[in-house]
Amino acid sequence: MTSSNVVIDARDVHVRLGSSHVLRGVDLRVERGEVVALLGANGSGKSTLVRTLVGALPAASGSIQVPPPARMGYVPQRVSAAGGIPSTAQEVVASGLLRPGRLRLPRGWRDQVHDALGLVGLADRCHDATNHLSGGQQQRVLIARALVREPEVLVLDEPVAGVDHPSQEQFAATMTRLVAQGLTVLVVLHELGELAPLVTRAVVLRHGRVVHDGAPPSARNGHAAADHEHVHPHAATTTPEHGDESGFAGFEDSTAALTDHPEA
Amino acid sequence: MDELRLMLSDPLMQRALIAALLVGAAAPVVGTYLVQRRLSLLGDGIGHIALTGVALGWLVGAAMGLRPHDVLTIPGAVLTAVIGSVLIEVVRRRGRTSGDLALALMFYGGIAGGVLIIGIAGGTSGNLMAYLFGSISTVSSTDLILTAVLSAIILGIGLGLRTALFAVSHDEEFAIASGLPVWLLNMAVAVVAALTVTVAMRVVGLLLVSALMIVPVAVAQQLTHSFSRTMGLASIVGVTVCVVGLSITYWHNVSPGATIVVLAIGVYLLAAAARPLLHRRAASAAHDPHPDIPDDVRVPAAATKKPTGKPTGKPTGKTAESSRCPS
Repeated sequence: MTSSNVVIDARDVHVRLGSSHVLRGVDLRVERGEVVALLGANGSGKSTLVRTLVGALPAASGSIQVPPPARMGYVPQRVSAAGGIPSTAQEVVASGLLRPGRLRLPRGWRDQVHDALGLVGLADRCHDATNHLSGGQQQRVLIARALVREPEVLVLDEPVAGVDHPSQEQFAATMTRLVAQGLTVLVVLHELGELAPLVTRAVVLRHGRVVHDGAPPSARNGHAAADHEHVHPHAATTTPEHGDESGFAGFEDSTAALTDHPEA
Repeated sequence: MDELRLMLSDPLMQRALIAALLVGAAAPVVGTYLVQRRLSLLGDGIGHIALTGVALGWLVGAAMGLRPHDVLTIPGAVLTAVIGSVLIEVVRRRGRTSGDLALALMFYGGIAGGVLIIGIAGGTSGNLMAYLFGSISTVSSTDLILTAVLSAIILGIGLGLRTALFAVSHDEEFAIASGLPVWLLNMAVAVVAALTVTVAMRVVGLLLVSALMIVPVAVAQQLTHSFSRTMGLASIVGVTVCVVGLSITYWHNVSPGATIVVLAIGVYLLAAAARPLLHRRAASAAHDPHPDIPDDVRVPAAATKKPTGKPTGKPTGKTAESSRCPS
């Protein structure tokens, strides 16, 4: 059943992290041109699955077929302004140009980097230090780093978690354009949000197993409703892997703290 | 002026200055990657283990009856340092805590092993002093050639592969997904760090080696926001403090290594003091780093009035000020 249109084909994938059995026999197939959303609660194994697909984690068993690294773009969950040395958006995006057999920047890399930053609306921020950018902008830099590879398949891990609304809209617009050009997308999401119109299929994980594979489900609690804004631009520079739910509560709290200004 | 000419015409001093220049340029390049991966202390760990290598070289030299007993100390240090740093890297990959522990074991084991072995070799721990604190004033032509070759290797890898090394140091997971030879690149950093330690050993001594790798980077970080500029500036600072520090010892009888390191820390303090001044200028005119981001939290009009008194200092409140990126 492996047709040439299947770009990601994972079968019966098991992943163990330490003593926990995180993925328990996951099947995932993505065909060319699809936009597949990977949904599920925190700890359900979404991130583990994509990290396994891109080779960052070893699978205990099962088979995984993905395109070679040169044809894939990966956007990891935003690391806080990691590393001890500040780096510019240009430097970070340029590192996306490397691939097997190419450990040095190719000729004309500056233009490529500039174009990729342009795709995410940050062309004028080339020389800004990434730790001076907002959380949403930092996330867009990471997306540009994946796009500069001109990938056929883009794998994104919670690209809009803790991202301000303008960046989310910008992101959705960029994705719409790229998908129209034939990009295949596998995206881990908490809620469909701005991407809802693009998503062609949703795969829902629960406790390391696929519990739904088909039409995108409607979100609970109106999380994805248009008037429900998840905007905590600077709050989430270190989004804890399993702490998102409490993160929302924290956001409500900080709003309360703001309106409850002592001087008011 | 005449004294300067005198200093520069002294062949001993010429060799020392060239060695200092090479080491001053190379050490911060490697230091930049170490700081980037938050491994600032790795150089110290390697430095300690290299002492065992020095003693081992001495032991082998003595056993083989080689005339100056210390001809093999540098090769011994190079070999042991490379093995040690590769071991640290291997352990680091298996889990952070044990990597930390491995570093600690290396600190103590390296010194103890060195002192023990030098005793067996018929030397005294006094023989180790030159390696612990540097002996740049006695650099021979052979030493200089070795220093030049190793520095060339360090700079060749550190600069030639800088994008790839930046990529693995910045975001290892992305580097893996990009299909980069992450293991090899990590090993390259480890080996280059080991070579740097042994090269810098002559200039500042094993105990201060790490300072020469890290402090110039700390200086540069105060003044720039880009990785490549940090590396370049750190290298300039490294060369400057090494050459100036060494020159000072030509006129004053003080330890070259210590002078260089104290000088570097002095430059760091200056840079740290200058940073807020540079900053204030940049941040003046109410510079908003994100003019294009609309206000994301609606606030009642009364609350938007700027408090006129002292800052309220409410730690949890996300005021307009605190929501700006720290710069």
